[in-house]
Amino acid sequence: MPNKLEELLHQGPIAINVGVADFAETLEIQGIQVVHVNWTPPAGGDPELMELLDQLL
Amino acid sequence: MVTGYVIRKNEYHDSVFLMRVAKRLSQQKGILQAAALMGTEKNKILLEEIEVRGPEISEATPSDLMVAVKAESQEALASVLEDLDRWLTIDLGSAPRHDIRTLDEAVAMQRHSNLAVISVPGSYAAREARKALEHGLNVFLFSDNVPVDSEISLKKYARERGLLVMGPDCGTAIIGGIGIGFANAVRRGPIGVIGASGTGIQEFTSLIHRAGSGISQAIGIGSRDLSDAVGGISFLTALDALDSDPQTEVITILSKPPGELALSNLIPRILKCQKPRVVCFLGLGQETLSADIRHGTARTLDDAAAMAIQKVTGHAPPHLDTHSSNWQKLAGREQVNKNPEQRYLRGIFAGGTFCFQAQQILQDAGIVVHSNAPLHGNPKLADPMRSEEHTLVDMGTDDFTVGKPHPMIDSRLRCDRILAEGQDPHVAILLLDFVLGFNASPDPAGELVPVIKEVKDAAKKKGGSLSVVASICGTEGDLQNFRQQVKVLEEAEVAVFPSSAQAAQFCALLTASLSEATRAK
Repeated sequence: MPNKLEELLHQGPIAINVGVADFAETLEIQGIQVVHVNWTPPAGGDPELMELLDQLL
Repeated sequence: MVTGYVIRKNEYHDSVFLMRVAKRLSQQKGILQAAALMGTEKNKILLEEIEVRGPEISEATPSDLMVAVKAESQEALASVLEDLDRWLTIDLGSAPRHDIRTLDEAVAMQRHSNLAVISVPGSYAAREARKALEHGLNVFLFSDNVPVDSEISLKKYARERGLLVMGPDCGTAIIGGIGIGFANAVRRGPIGVIGASGTGIQEFTSLIHRAGSGISQAIGIGSRDLSDAVGGISFLTALDALDSDPQTEVITILSKPPGELALSNLIPRILKCQKPRVVCFLGLGQETLSADIRHGTARTLDDAAAMAIQKVTGHAPPHLDTHSSNWQKLAGREQVNKNPEQRYLRGIFAGGTFCFQAQQILQDAGIVVHSNAPLHGNPKLADPMRSEEHTLVDMGTDDFTVGKPHPMIDSRLRCDRILAEGQDPHVAILLLDFVLGFNASPDPAGELVPVIKEVKDAAKKKGGSLSVVASICGTEGDLQNFRQQVKVLEEAEVAVFPSSAQAAQFCALLTASLSEATRAK
């Protein structure tokens, strides 16, 4: 069973895009399956709250 | 002049989207300056610097959108800020079809994914990358400003699991023929490349394509991977992968000088490559390399492309001859009508690697240049905003781009700098680079041509002449079209060269001729 890196190089990307939406579009126009994450800063961008959430989850 | 702003609570947009919005707003009638930023502390300081202040700005959080405008009149200001929805929704045609909010949801939706492309702000990037690795995904990490400790920990975690982290600060990759980030349309072929710089990979892969060959894989590893701190963790994974990749016949390695310790640790592995290899460490003196690795090293990206092609085909592409009669003739033409005080070269670069490589080429020709990103042995500019004597400026550094669009996406920063250089009576030559491909400006040449014409005309009016020398990185398959971009520049009397190295070599020749002519007078 090939590992995920071999799979990526041999079959090409099947991607999840987190952040700049244009990068998802770049992949889509090349015929690549891509799921775009409509990302927002976790915990409203509060670093202390983010750390607390990470510990809880 | 009037200023105004709008804060929208809990409305997040990515940085590229916001740069486009700011650009469009600033192009409206009566608008002097526009900024569209998320409410981070850094961005609040930027607004303070352009004298836009208010209690709502102080209270904004990184999840809140801030749009600030300086305008000639209250009417112009209102025309933008009161109709903000329209400006923000023009681009939303490219909005996601599903409202997926987290990486976990995305993985659940597409379970056979093998890559996460991550471009969130640096302080959040390691968190998302770690989640992606935990899901068994390889990572292309475009974000910069990721702490080096996080980079090391991510890369070690990935390597232990047979996964690859490209980045952080990875601009370009071509995997299985698919361009990721800032990549050019190149054909598939036998040449694999591992690169620490995005524009280095773009130039190399474009040169390979234009020479008739093709790329198997182009793997970015990020600007810090070959530092002593990181020690080339992703480099090793990438090299192992290309060594066993059946599509790859030759492996090329491109980087600025690696850390000394990292290099000495990596050389034994490079020497064990199963396939022919080409190594190009820009800016690193050949004498610092041991004899066993020196064989097969290239001095420039052009040399690296030529050597890689030779290793595949057995034939070298036509050799570059800087003493050819064409170059001498062109240099002769460009020297005509210079005023006696016109003697300096100014390079205004969008691509950091092009700035670095040009410094190396000029240094090899005995020409000292100042830079905000100096090559070893060159003086650092006291103020990145002001050129001194011969100067090459990398306009993609934080000196220029904090809160502003990178010059590969939007040429406004370079337009202003070119106009400033044009005012200096000592400037004889402008050296420019143009980068095509996915996610780059849709018309980089067209954006700069009006200011190129303006500074050329201004020089003529002063009885002199300004030489403009340029290179274009890209292919005819890119959306911007290589040939069309060449045509637009040549019509503006720009001397266009097929590579950044050749443009720099020509500038070295022309600069030396101008100094000689000055001495003769």
